[in-house]
Amino acid sequence: MENLARLLKEHPFLHGLEDRHLEFLTGCASNVRYAADEFLFREGQEAGASYLLRSGRIALEIAIPGRGPVQVQTVEVGEVLGWSWLFAPYRWQFDARAVEPVRAFALDGNCLRPKCEADHDLGYELVKRFLYQVHLRLERTRIQLLDIYRAQG
Amino acid sequence: MDTQGAAAPGGAVIIGLDGLDALIKALAAGGYRVIGPALGDGAIIFDEIQSAAQLPAGWTDVQAPGSYRLEQRGDGAIFGFAVGPHSWKKFLHEPVLRLWRAQRQSDGSVSAAADPPPAARFAFIGVRSCDLHAVAIQDQVLIGGADKDPHYAARRGGAFIVAVNCTAPGGNCFCVSMGTGPRVESGYDLALTELLGDGRHEFVVEIGSARGAAVMQQVAHRPAQETHRRAAAEVSARAASQMGRELDTTGIRELLLGNLEHPRWDDVAARCLACANCTMVCPTCFCTTVEDHADLTGGGAERVRQWDSCYTLDFSHLHGGSVRSSIKSRYRQWLTHKLATWFDQFGSSGCVGCGRCITWCPVGIDLTEEVAAIRAGQEHGKR
Amino acid sequence: MAAGADTAAAGAADPMMPRFLRVRRTVRETHDTVTLELDDSIDAPGFAPGQFNMLYVFGAGEVAVSISGPPARPQNLVHTIRGVGAVTAPLVDARRGSVLGVRGPYGSAWPLDEAARAGCDLLLMAGGIGLAPLRPVIYEVLRRRREFGNLIILYGARTPADVLYRKELAQWRTHPGVTVKMIVDHAAAGWSGRVGVITDLLGAVEFDAAETIAMTCGPEVMMRFSYRELLRRGVPPERVYMSMERNMKCAVGLCGHCQLSPIFICKDGPVLRADRVDPLLGVREL
Repeated sequence: MENLARLLKEHPFLHGLEDRHLEFLTGCASNVRYAADEFLFREGQEAGASYLLRSGRIALEIAIPGRGPVQVQTVEVGEVLGWSWLFAPYRWQFDARAVEPVRAFALDGNCLRPKCEADHDLGYELVKRFLYQVHLRLERTRIQLLDIYRAQG
Repeated sequence: MDTQGAAAPGGAVIIGLDGLDALIKALAAGGYRVIGPALGDGAIIFDEIQSAAQLPAGWTDVQAPGSYRLEQRGDGAIFGFAVGPHSWKKFLHEPVLRLWRAQRQSDGSVSAAADPPPAARFAFIGVRSCDLHAVAIQDQVLIGGADKDPHYAARRGGAFIVAVNCTAPGGNCFCVSMGTGPRVESGYDLALTELLGDGRHEFVVEIGSARGAAVMQQVAHRPAQETHRRAAAEVSARAASQMGRELDTTGIRELLLGNLEHPRWDDVAARCLACANCTMVCPTCFCTTVEDHADLTGGGAERVRQWDSCYTLDFSHLHGGSVRSSIKSRYRQWLTHKLATWFDQFGSSGCVGCGRCITWCPVGIDLTEEVAAIRAGQEHGKR
Repeated sequence: MAAGADTAAAGAADPMMPRFLRVRRTVRETHDTVTLELDDSIDAPGFAPGQFNMLYVFGAGEVAVSISGPPARPQNLVHTIRGVGAVTAPLVDARRGSVLGVRGPYGSAWPLDEAARAGCDLLLMAGGIGLAPLRPVIYEVLRRRREFGNLIILYGARTPADVLYRKELAQWRTHPGVTVKMIVDHAAAGWSGRVGVITDLLGAVEFDAAETIAMTCGPEVMMRFSYRELLRRGVPPERVYMSMERNMKCAVGLCGHCQLSPIFICKDGPVLRADRVDPLLGVREL
């Protein structure tokens, strides 16, 4: 457990988090591994966790009939995947597939939610970090939407 | 008839109307293609002339924003007008010019050749100070940099300039504001000042070059007296006081580049038709485009260059769209280029104050008014 | 050989007169992009990385294309062309032996000499076809390897199928001190690389921001985002460069088309310091 707390603290997503908050989080955290091509979750399933990527690469995909699965974004080492457990109805919007073998910390949403409600300091700290991830993701998604490399005559 | 030195560079002589005719004929006889003002298309245009009889004696042009009208002066003044729709760039920087022709051989190889430059050199009669400055500006643009336009160079190279000191500035003239007139200072072979009244009609001819002096040897003349010089100076002083327009050029580059989002651009855009008239009549606008054609056999091809305008949508075409799609942005490009970025690019203003763009604008947009509005808006820090 | 142009009639140097060269080899890069190698073995004028030529298709017209080959071998004059326009489409269809008109090279170059003098790291950010004008930099840095610090190549493409110079990218990353990272806007399931935008790659590489010269080339929007992200990471503004694009007709500053406020993109650019260009790009429709 002590070991897990130390490793969690080293993940960029949790850099600088207070020890008492880290202690809380550690209680909701677990080590997870996925083989290449294994799915972490599927669209529509209940969103139960956030994944703090330690190694490997995860692709967020959506299947389009006639076009097959399309990768819309990849999540890299040091980044975090998934915050749908924060918002009702707690469902995943995309498929998440391990492109390469993945090691990650899973933060259990069902465990975190009540803690965040009970301790708003922790809740605010976490939500700020998630919001920053959303901010980055939104910015990059907007650029992707521009489709700037499209051929124009 | 001649006294030593009067018809030498720096000197001045007097000729009559017959002398002007003799000058035109001497230039033609010397192999020049003589171009001068003439009546045509309801305006005073520049055309090939053979004698002084073709000059627009007794005519003047009455100009206002969006308006140009010929009127009889009631005297026989030869150069008693301002400027018409033509400028000398029509001859030096031709509106349409084939740059080269290419031929493809059976083995696929290609040879290309430019057309030979025109054999005859130009002699321009009646070049005003504003237009002389415009020629100098186009010189800077087209042959003053590292890459030169050989076609312009060929036409400009031997051109003989008979300048004329302006006696009748038009309603849209502002050469005084631009420091480009009305008196010609340099860059001419001969400079005329028309003296008319009290029963006399003669021209003071200032000699600006050795070849100018040489041509004057073939024209009957007498030396100019101090009274003539004074009369000529008075003509220019009077012209300077008759400017129809004024443009405050103080800090104009910074003014315009510092106000690229000024609401006045929207205002002018609502009036501007983007017809490109202003760029066509402007004596310094130099933009061109090229078109490549193949003949029907596919064995021959040519490249043709023609005047283009920053007012066309195509001008800034890039990847399926125009960089400047709004009229606002195109008017802004023209005006800021002419009055501001021209300094960065070529070391001077691109405007000589001839007023053509004001006269020939179908809706009478007056750049002096637009600049004044931006200046006023800027000074008051509001719309 | 392809006959040279007879320019005597118009004087010694007619900037609008192409010389005519034969296509020596064509390489299909992607579904819409081709690399053409022209035989310029007689009197090759040479070029600096970042410069461009005006390529002429007989009777069809002319288009500005950056030179994408090695500067050390200018007699093999290489261009990579995406066939999307009235002139680029027939260019892409050119075959071995086809004769094309060439004017150039024109324009400014990437600041390789400055980079060599400073001995600092080079960070290249290329988007789409924008890798082509940067390839001569890569060739030159690899040829003169000891004069430069680390070389980081970041490359963003639309999809994996749009990636240019695939084999070379793989080969470049094997050189010591060279990092290559790639990202695509979107991909099918088979792609095992990154999906996202080019600025994401900045987080994936180590570089000393204060001691780096950055060269960006790609769509204008991509270069502006990249510039801002580089500044955020501490790269000095005066050390970021962009390769700009505007409508070009004459390529020598005589026709007026390519102006961006005071800048003639053809002769002052295409390579320009980002701190000079970016404020102008912020003004709509300038």
